[in-house]
Amino acid sequence: MKNALTALWLAFLASIPLWMANPYVLHILVVTGIFIVAAMSLNLLLGYAGQLSLGHVAFFGVGAYTSALVSLGFSAQIAPGMVAAMDPKPVWSAMAAAILVAGAFGWFIGKLAFKVRGAYFVIVSISFAEVVRLVAVNWVELTQGPMALNNIPPLTLWLPGLGEHAFWKKPENYWLVLAVAVISYIVIRRLVHSRAGRAMIALRENEPLATSVGIDVTRYLVLTTVVSAAIAGAAGALYAHYVRIVDPDVFLFIYTVTMVIMVVTGGKGTLAGPIVGGLIFGLLPETLRAFAIKPEAQWIVYGVLMVMVVYFLPEGIVPAACQWWQRRQASVAAAAAASPSRPAQ
Amino acid sequence: MDQFLQHGLNALMLGGTYALLGIGLTLIFGIMRVVNFTHGELYAFGAYMMYMLVMLAGANFFLSLALAVVLGVALGASLEFTLLRKLRGADIDTTMLVMIGAWIALQNAEQLAWTGVAKSIDSPFPAAPLVIGPVSVLWNRVFVFVVALALIAATYALIHHTRLGKAMRATFQDRDTAALMGIQIGTIHTATFALGSGLAAAAGALLGPVFVAYPTMGDLAALKAFAIVILGGLGNIAGATAGGFILALAEELGAGYISSGYRDAMGFVLIILILAFRPTGLFAQKERIG
Repeated sequence: MKNALTALWLAFLASIPLWMANPYVLHILVVTGIFIVAAMSLNLLLGYAGQLSLGHVAFFGVGAYTSALVSLGFSAQIAPGMVAAMDPKPVWSAMAAAILVAGAFGWFIGKLAFKVRGAYFVIVSISFAEVVRLVAVNWVELTQGPMALNNIPPLTLWLPGLGEHAFWKKPENYWLVLAVAVISYIVIRRLVHSRAGRAMIALRENEPLATSVGIDVTRYLVLTTVVSAAIAGAAGALYAHYVRIVDPDVFLFIYTVTMVIMVVTGGKGTLAGPIVGGLIFGLLPETLRAFAIKPEAQWIVYGVLMVMVVYFLPEGIVPAACQWWQRRQASVAAAAAASPSRPAQ
Repeated sequence: MDQFLQHGLNALMLGGTYALLGIGLTLIFGIMRVVNFTHGELYAFGAYMMYMLVMLAGANFFLSLALAVVLGVALGASLEFTLLRKLRGADIDTTMLVMIGAWIALQNAEQLAWTGVAKSIDSPFPAAPLVIGPVSVLWNRVFVFVVALALIAATYALIHHTRLGKAMRATFQDRDTAALMGIQIGTIHTATFALGSGLAAAAGALLGPVFVAYPTMGDLAALKAFAIVILGGLGNIAGATAGGFILALAEELGAGYISSGYRDAMGFVLIILILAFRPTGLFAQKERIG
């Protein structure tokens, strides 16, 4: 039943480009999908390991830049007399490199940042993203700085029946993002339901207790960060080859905030949460734009919504909906159990 | 050597306002356990109030400065009252999310009200710099430095020599015991948030006329305030004061000897180095991780 429902839902999502001719709507869906992948990766850290990482956009941006640079080729001086250079490589290998490099960043940051917890961790994660952004702005030789990396090639893959095929059009990009989202979902679900996932949840609930039963807290936190960063890097790579231009603005703090809002609104620590939240906050700006609201006013709505969610739905939409459903089922069951006994009273 | 002296003097002038920002943030964190993301917006608010009063209303510069600080205190108090009062005792992530929401709303309200165009504010100081031997400094920077020092001294006096300050320190040490001793924790929280916000608004009102006022000016200011607070240790006022001057020096030297493009990165590099090698901050007396 549940599997059939999932398959039906997936079939519906996959069919959208077949009947949706409006390229603008498809564009919104592709961008939303990329952000949902990023939000899912943030959910690993924020929802399951309970660490509020506000530097997540750094992994996204590192993925985008790595993939763009490897596919375009680069030559930059890294130290006096030392030049790192690379010829353009195929896009699929650039994307793989993006995942690896973002994961390596995750390892490094995890090692460093998980010396501290709570407010300190939050501030370290913000600082990290800000340093990466400033490097992207200032290392003009490598990143072109604010001039941005242009003409990034789209992904080219050998597909059965099509041969070498470049992903120029919106429907094929949509399917690509959908595929990456499904793979990420499966990876995250397997991780969360594994021994490592149980360790993560244990340390979220009570870190001293988790340590006392022999869980190597830092090791699992670093592992989580690596997986989370790698998925965010994949999302960044998708973004780079879809939009085909990358500038230092991909590191803006507001993107991290958007991901956090998506996760928190949907329900942190639930698999469906980031998807629900991502759909809401991916499509909401377009809805607000239809009412001719200025972008500033739209962000004010975001901010107010975020405060409201914390006040009224602190667990997020998905857990609240699950509870409502369970209570309904329980009351239906209770009513069913109560009605035959009524004549006896 | 002259160049070094000049950088040192510049750092001293800049450090005063950095210290103001850091003290406000560290007070709010220490006493309320709230990571205040609206801090930068209060800073921008101070600068914009100066713009409104001096440039639009034509008020006296010094009177406007005082009024901008008072308005910052009022905005801080109302933020605490509407948003944080109900969340007292909630965990740190919850209040942080609320403050991020408030920050986004405030910043965009500023942009809506005053547009994204940077506003410059006239100041009544002579344009000719004050020259002392090999170094020189602008008069308006001297004024900013003196007022910042006076405000820092006033904050110290408030914390250490008044009944309210004593109640604040008691709340900082142990909130529950302080409440049992009859201290109104709600009032202390409002007062703390108002004081911290007032200091941030003062920093903005002082620096607004030196630079320009623009809607996102608070972002970098807030990030720097976080850096200062980490340097000094969360909740440590003396540490925040020293941290302000250390960050200013690091930025000046970084901009002067490495590259001016990385001026704003120095603070974050410092944070990362400190947390890698001395996670308890430079001036921490006790373990505070956990």
